[in-house]
Amino acid sequence: MGKSVGNAPAEKKKSIFSGAGSQKIIVLLVVIVLFAFFSIFSANFRRYTTVLSIMDYSYYIALMAIGVTFPLITGGVDLSIGTGLICYSLAGGYLVIHCGWPTWAGMLVSVLFGILIGTLNGALVSLMSLPPFLATLCTCMMTRGLGSICSNNFGISWPTSGTEGSWFRDIFKITIGDTKYPLGFLWVLLLVLLMSFVLNHTKIGRYTIAIGSNKEATILSGINVKFYHIMAYVISGLFAGLASIAYSAVFSTVQPGTGAGFELEAIGGAIIGGVSASGGVGSVTGSLLGVFVICLLKTGLPYIGLQANWQQIITGMVLIGAVMVDILKKKRAEAV
Amino acid sequence: MGDIILTMKDIDKSFPGVHALDHVNFEVKKGEVHALMGENGAGKSTLMKVLTGIYTKDSGSIVYEGKEVEFHNTRDAQDAGIVIVHQELNMLGHLTVAQNIFIGREFKKGIRIDDKKMNEEAEKLFKKLNIDIDPTEMMGNLTVGKQQMCEIAKAISHEAKVIIFDEPSAALTEAEIEELFKIIRDLRKQQLGIVYISHRMDEIKVITDRVTVMRDGTYVGTLITNDCTKDDIINMMVGRVIYEDPKTESSVAKDAPIVLKVENLNAGKMVQDVSFELRKGEILGFSGLMGAGRTETARAIFGADPKTGGTITINGKKVEINSPEDAVKCGIGYLSEDRKRYGIVVQKSVAENSTMATMENFVKGLFINKKAENKAAQDYVDSLATKTPSVDQLVVNLSGGNQQKVVIAKWLIRNCDILIFDEPTRGIDVGAKNEIYKLMNRLAEEGKSIIMISSEMTEILRMSDRIVVMCEGRKTGEIDISEASQEIIMNMATREI
Repeated sequence: MGKSVGNAPAEKKKSIFSGAGSQKIIVLLVVIVLFAFFSIFSANFRRYTTVLSIMDYSYYIALMAIGVTFPLITGGVDLSIGTGLICYSLAGGYLVIHCGWPTWAGMLVSVLFGILIGTLNGALVSLMSLPPFLATLCTCMMTRGLGSICSNNFGISWPTSGTEGSWFRDIFKITIGDTKYPLGFLWVLLLVLLMSFVLNHTKIGRYTIAIGSNKEATILSGINVKFYHIMAYVISGLFAGLASIAYSAVFSTVQPGTGAGFELEAIGGAIIGGVSASGGVGSVTGSLLGVFVICLLKTGLPYIGLQANWQQIITGMVLIGAVMVDILKKKRAEAV
Repeated sequence: MGDIILTMKDIDKSFPGVHALDHVNFEVKKGEVHALMGENGAGKSTLMKVLTGIYTKDSGSIVYEGKEVEFHNTRDAQDAGIVIVHQELNMLGHLTVAQNIFIGREFKKGIRIDDKKMNEEAEKLFKKLNIDIDPTEMMGNLTVGKQQMCEIAKAISHEAKVIIFDEPSAALTEAEIEELFKIIRDLRKQQLGIVYISHRMDEIKVITDRVTVMRDGTYVGTLITNDCTKDDIINMMVGRVIYEDPKTESSVAKDAPIVLKVENLNAGKMVQDVSFELRKGEILGFSGLMGAGRTETARAIFGADPKTGGTITINGKKVEINSPEDAVKCGIGYLSEDRKRYGIVVQKSVAENSTMATMENFVKGLFINKKAENKAAQDYVDSLATKTPSVDQLVVNLSGGNQQKVVIAKWLIRNCDILIFDEPTRGIDVGAKNEIYKLMNRLAEEGKSIIMISSEMTEILRMSDRIVVMCEGRKTGEIDISEASQEIIMNMATREI
């Protein structure tokens, strides 16, 4: 018998890889604590209108976050969703306002445009082997320029409430009697459930995790990695398209040249929600919770006297904390 | 043993500059465990890669179940029933055990993946193999041994008829190896053909029925395991190679001062209680098989990996080395086996690479003194006879041997008296090898002390004054060159501790 090398590595603790669940609970607690904190320290915050405005802000970020969770889990990233969102909204809105297209057709164009850019991202990353950071940085710049071209450099105002074709606003905020209801939250929740199913119970999701876990091994398992790698970016593009509809509905006026930085809120939310910066780990529900941490900070901090600059600094610090947790978990896993 | 299930005949494969397989023959019978042995680089893995479709053979034939076959990728081979359990496990740490086993061929209910059925099927497989693993556990949470069991289960679930184990025991504990052997015996009973690649002589005797030995890409012979001794196998592995002037005696004076003394060095499981001394002007060879812990020892001494114990004494003074920076300050230079990753920056010039470890000597105020830098680099280009049109040439344009000289220059400019050469001639052609050897000899004569890690026996015997042999993270022997031979070293390198 050959002597074995060293001692058996101790059985790794179960929490290391299955920690996604516990992290979700922690993030949920953070959301509750933040909400309670702002409510206690600001009387103005404890209002229904504040909840409504948090919701309004959350839709487009949440939708982007659902989508970008997929490329993040493959170990990549999608930086094009922020400027992309504005671009898709401008393109759709231009057709509605200036070409007399029906609202639904404009919305469809927004979504299809998103899918197109997502496919381009996927092709660059998967087929041309560009680093995801670079590939999507390029499409980020391209969509910024494209958006301005689509709208002739002018801002676009989607149909405002009360005018013809404004029905799509009711998708997100419906007025019944005198009360407004954040109906959009329901759609976001449904989409989160749907994409959770896709991530956990379909081939697309399974192979997204596999690619982020060990791409070589996934290829050796005989899986069409190129296709599934593209699909992760297509999903991200699709949801950027959906986010653009939410944005159009909530903010009505869309300015070309904006949108840079939106992606960071979505990616930040996903990472706070437990997506590993190095791939393989993450959940759609976690990403949604993470987005609410960001939205609460964004909306809540001004109420206790901290303005936008502070909000960015604090969001950044929370992100560092979330990434540190991820790194510590990895180190503990490797230390064995 | 039953009928022949697989015959590889006259397999030939060349890579640019290397004749990796020279008309090799190999066969496997149903219900036998067939060991494939040979030194590092003998061609075992290449042969198995040709079999499983990772490489395409240049000529020869593969007959499997009575039919001539040619696989184009691992999937083809898998579908036909030939599966390889890799040394480096192809596992997906973030998926469960069952998800790993059935990756790429998931059971489905509509578009939904049927994880429940996969768990049940995995459970059945494990029961059949008598393994106790929870199919719903995350793969990354299992020990290496258990992960390997999963790989085997995966292989069997492909209805494999031939399973290739590529050094399966390398990372296993004794108890895990026992379990592995039990499984292998079971598979043998079920009339599977099993190829077992290993360096461990003792395992070969325990588990295999026949042994095929390869050397330098050629087929040496096949023996019945029970009819041969360990020495028979070693002799076949080593062969009668005549090498260029091996050293016959040490060129170091008996009373040469000890420059480096390492005592009870520990660093993880690859470096356990390693002690040795290095004298002034000596070339100390480090021999052993792949994974013996030689590079890890060097990296621990150099401070590149954390130590868990042991002392290092340089010129009689105890030193604390916790980072490569410390090591360099102590006068230790390390020439990595992976030049391109750790040794040089290929897109920079010869001059910039040469002075990289000594930048502070070439800085005047805020600026780099280009003239001084070029002069220093030129001096070493001349003295080491580096072939480069000028010191401004990018290193990427130099040949392997000349790149190695640039790395040597880097450490010499830094005034390092102790040089660790890790596989100094890997990827360097024969002519340039000789030059590197001459250079190393000259450095030793000039009073530099050299640790040379090498997997090439001929290199060890030609260059070393003294040889330290390692096996599985421990020093298993130390021998003066005047008493050394391939057989003795090979015996030490496969020694049971």
